[in-house]
Amino acid sequence: MSNTDNQGGVWEVFIQSKPGLPHKHAGSVHATDKEMALQNARDMYTRRQEGTCLWVVPLEAIVSSMPDDNDSFFDPSDDKIYRHPTHYVMPDGAKHI
Amino acid sequence: MEDSKKLEEFQAKIDAEIKIEPKDWMPEDYKKHLQRQISQHAHSEVIGMQPEGNWISRAPSLRAKVVLLAKIQDEAGHGQYLYSAAETLGKSRDEYIEELQSGKAKYSSIFNYPTLTWADMGAVGWLVDGAAIVNQVSLQRTSYGPYSRAMVRICKEESFHQRQGYEIMATMAKGTPEQKAMAQDALNRFWWPSIMMFGPHDSDSPNTGNAVKWKIKRETNDELRQKFIDKTVQQAEVIGLTIPDPDLKWNEARGHYDFGEMDWDEFWRVVKGNGPCNKQRLNHHKKAHQKGAWVREAAIAYAKKQKAKQLVA
Repeated sequence: MSNTDNQGGVWEVFIQSKPGLPHKHAGSVHATDKEMALQNARDMYTRRQEGTCLWVVPLEAIVSSMPDDNDSFFDPSDDKIYRHPTHYVMPDGAKHI
Repeated sequence: MEDSKKLEEFQAKIDAEIKIEPKDWMPEDYKKHLQRQISQHAHSEVIGMQPEGNWISRAPSLRAKVVLLAKIQDEAGHGQYLYSAAETLGKSRDEYIEELQSGKAKYSSIFNYPTLTWADMGAVGWLVDGAAIVNQVSLQRTSYGPYSRAMVRICKEESFHQRQGYEIMATMAKGTPEQKAMAQDALNRFWWPSIMMFGPHDSDSPNTGNAVKWKIKRETNDELRQKFIDKTVQQAEVIGLTIPDPDLKWNEARGHYDFGEMDWDEFWRVVKGNGPCNKQRLNHHKKAHQKGAWVREAAIAYAKKQKAKQLVA
């Protein structure tokens, strides 16, 4: 297949299923421009009223951490247990805290 | 880290039911197995539109027509979900389509059978989608994250497909004697190919070992086939149709139905490209793809133009 005959770039699709909820990754579509990406995403991922809002993002715009580096990458949060509420000792009998 | 250590860690994750994601290390064979399985699954959804498309213009009512259209549109969507999942394994959609068109990649043999009557739309929905559901429900728990997520999405949509097919069969089975005969004939023709959709017996299935160990497959071909048969017998009884297998009978001791042997010569003949419609299906796919070339070309030209405009502005 030649370069001029392809399916277009990959766009990742995020759906908000109702107001108040975060957009959640659903999958991807192919498109050559953003309007087409949005329309393809609508046709593919919201055929049954699954969403109130759609985001499409070009795949190459997404920067991901690498799982192989997880140990060192997420290491800074390992020794900070004082960030969790359970770290603190509450006096006996204290309520609603 | 040497590969044996990585392999050990990989297997430990699989054993602990931790999903594998695209950027995780995975054995080359795991990746290859997934590329093959997911793309063939995608091709099946797309080729599967053809036997049903055959009946859009001849659907017996407007209701039947809109339902059929919606179902076929779903199949297109399912193909896209699966290509998306397959693409996360580092191969482009164009490459997968090329493999389909060159015959390197297979698709489910069931779609190489013709759909001769309207009752076949019933049999396809009830049996073919029914068998696909049994397989796909199991695959929701597959170890590869993107494949598993695509399966969850597909399963949500698939039960409408089976129900609409069964409704067609039920309606025809209580119609005129000719209509009932047509429904029975469709069942007769689609029964054996449907139960062969699960693939060869476990003892003759070379890919099962690793696929089960790596939890790509959660249940074996024979286990899934048994599940489908156990479910379907009662459904046939309810609508008064007869499953064309004289050896089919309830086995109290096993708690399952026993059933007759499938015609594996026919199975391999169709897999190898000599079923009734293999050539027609592939030719149609190629033709449709070629006919769409100008649309893709125009879309790319338009996108370039828009980009150039943006740069000037």
